Amino acid sequence: MLARRNPQLNAHGELIHLLSIEGLPRAILTQILDTAGTFLSVNDRDVKKVPLLRGKSVFNLFFENSTRTRTTFEIAAKRLSADVINLDIAKSSASKGESLLDTIANLSAMHADMFVVRHSESGAPYLIARHCAPHVHVVNAGDGRHAHPTQGLLDMYTIRHYKKSFNALTVAIVGDIVHSRVARSDIHALTTLGVPEIRAVGPKTLVPGDLREMGVRVCHDMKEGVKDADVIIMLRLQNERMSGAMLPSAGEYFKSYGLTEEVLAHAKPDAIVMHPGPINRGVEIDSRVADGAHSVILPQVTFGIAVRMAVMSILAGNDA
Amino acid sequence: MKILIRNGRVVDPASGRDETADVAIAAGRIVAIGHVPADFTPDRTIEADGCVVAPGLVDLAARLKEAGAGALESELAAAAAGGVTSLVCPPDTDPPLDEPGLVDMLKFRARKLSRCRLFPLGALTRHLDGEELTEMIELTEAGCVGFSQAEHPIKDNLTLMRAMQYASTRGYAVWLRPQDRSLSGGVAASGAVATRLGLSGVPVVAETIALHTIVELVRQTGARVHFCRLSSAAGVELVRRAKAEGLPVTADVSINSLHLTDLDIGYFNSDMRLTPPLRQGKDRDALRAGLADGTIDALVSDHTPIGDDDKMLPFGEAVPGATGLELLLSLALKWGDEARLTLAQALARVTSEPVRVLGEALGSLGQSAGRLVEGGVADICVFDAAAEWQVTSETLRSRGKHTPFDAASSGTRMPGRVRHTLVAGTLAYSAADANTA
Repeated sequence: MLARRNPQLNAHGELIHLLSIEGLPRAILTQILDTAGTFLSVNDRDVKKVPLLRGKSVFNLFFENSTRTRTTFEIAAKRLSADVINLDIAKSSASKGESLLDTIANLSAMHADMFVVRHSESGAPYLIARHCAPHVHVVNAGDGRHAHPTQGLLDMYTIRHYKKSFNALTVAIVGDIVHSRVARSDIHALTTLGVPEIRAVGPKTLVPGDLREMGVRVCHDMKEGVKDADVIIMLRLQNERMSGAMLPSAGEYFKSYGLTEEVLAHAKPDAIVMHPGPINRGVEIDSRVADGAHSVILPQVTFGIAVRMAVMSILAGNDA
Repeated sequence: MKILIRNGRVVDPASGRDETADVAIAAGRIVAIGHVPADFTPDRTIEADGCVVAPGLVDLAARLKEAGAGALESELAAAAAGGVTSLVCPPDTDPPLDEPGLVDMLKFRARKLSRCRLFPLGALTRHLDGEELTEMIELTEAGCVGFSQAEHPIKDNLTLMRAMQYASTRGYAVWLRPQDRSLSGGVAASGAVATRLGLSGVPVVAETIALHTIVELVRQTGARVHFCRLSSAAGVELVRRAKAEGLPVTADVSINSLHLTDLDIGYFNSDMRLTPPLRQGKDRDALRAGLADGTIDALVSDHTPIGDDDKMLPFGEAVPGATGLELLLSLALKWGDEARLTLAQALARVTSEPVRVLGEALGSLGQSAGRLVEGGVADICVFDAAAEWQVTSETLRSRGKHTPFDAASSGTRMPGRVRHTLVAGTLAYSAADANTA
């Protein structure tokens, strides 16, 4: 079989699409985080705009609904002075039977410069990147269980902001890892950035042993999982997993894997608690922790805008 | 029509013959191998210098997409171009082969095209819905060589046991794909690749649980069972044990599972979306060893023509399957080469061995199909073993253009190119004619 070039990079090794963190060199991740740092100050100005994407059209293609993520991309694109077009395709063409590639061809003909794609199938943004016009950049805003690279990057930004460096950290990711694109992107990013200890914590139905092959330590006990951790990333437990064959009930889950003050006491005294949102209070995290001194959940949202600005501006500067 | 195939390397896996010889054909049969009578005056002579003259290939799994419209013509032309002279088609046509009239019609239309012999499997249950048995005696009289659910599940173990009991009453073979329905919902093999890509997995136990169940029912009913498309090392081991016990079971593997692993999915290449899913390297190694030692009897193309609309989709939404009829010979040769087998040993898995799997269902044809014997049917494949080619949509006659071995995505070099295919002594395909056509 041929060695396949990473479709995210051009022949010079520059980022042309952001599809997954997997396979990206540390230098590119660092470049994105550094660039995001320069955009944070834009967000504090009275006129929150820079002209980097003036005249460019960014299409938000959400084949799966997500008001939150879409809004953060929209704000980021507008702060870069781009024109933003939001398409909830879940409600329009897909329901009329138009194929994904037909939709993409049509939108390309409207002179899109960037597609921000959310899709329920793992790998869908790869298909789009392979078939869209060469000048169009694709940003994966979450595909199935596979990847959510901008969330992974904003998590890295947050960790770097509070912990300064990655190379001596213990990071615990807790919850439904098997179905989580956020967890996969976090794991790839943490590995690439040199975090020595990454733990995946949860019951065997949500944290299968296969995950070890991604370079994480699998823990099925919550206290052991968060012991001496510098960073705890709590994942949202989707409603459909709360009862049935994956878990018996949200209540039993909270008793075993919920993050309470008592559990948090096992982590390092200066540990930070993160969550991609939206949080389920009393299911995966206790309110006192979510709103407490260790929580950096709201700063994550702020950093998210800067990180997405960084990704879009870097992509726009690179040619296929 | 009398045909003389001159000066080729005649390889007959069943007898072990491997020598340069002439082959004389008259009235659809081989009249002489080697000592051609001086008074034999051919209407056509095929110069086979540097080519192998082998039995036509027998493919135990090739879908023709539909029993109705015009796909039959292109797919049987693809078979002939691939050197396949007999193929077994699973019953999941549209409509499924659950009535003798449908089987009659399919066989009649295939005969008229005279490109390849077609042996249908009948549906084991009506509409393949897994509940009520079909009229197996009538379906057999119409030409079915066994009974199968294709990829469709059977309702429960009671129905499966009854079906096996009934089939075994008449000695009919039951062809089953070992897969536990509730465990087979995923789109890739469970393992590190599926986990990393976020694709839902099909665990090995989906295959082994079904194998355990079916083997128990073989012990109980004495039914003759053919296991279709083994995919795992553990599955090969279970079949090996069942055979050692003397149970009447046989098995096949697809060209895809024989050559590829889940790593080949790469960046969500939907040409790798297959059923059964591609598994890990250790599974592929066990399948290759099993095919070499005879635990697995036959190599099949698992030909499934699928159009762009059903393939150019996100991985999980793409329809599983790949084109294969025209790749079978080359991928058998490639495997034989890599496994350091003789040409006869490699060819046996696509000629004489699949005929042995079919057994008495072939009737008198079973005496000589898949073999080169004087007095036997002249189903012959003449190929250039030294020629190499690459798979592109232009090189394929099948309507199915999607394959994991596509040159653009895989760069695979395919050894061996078919020059002529004869079915019942008539040229069904000739590369020279194809080039000028």
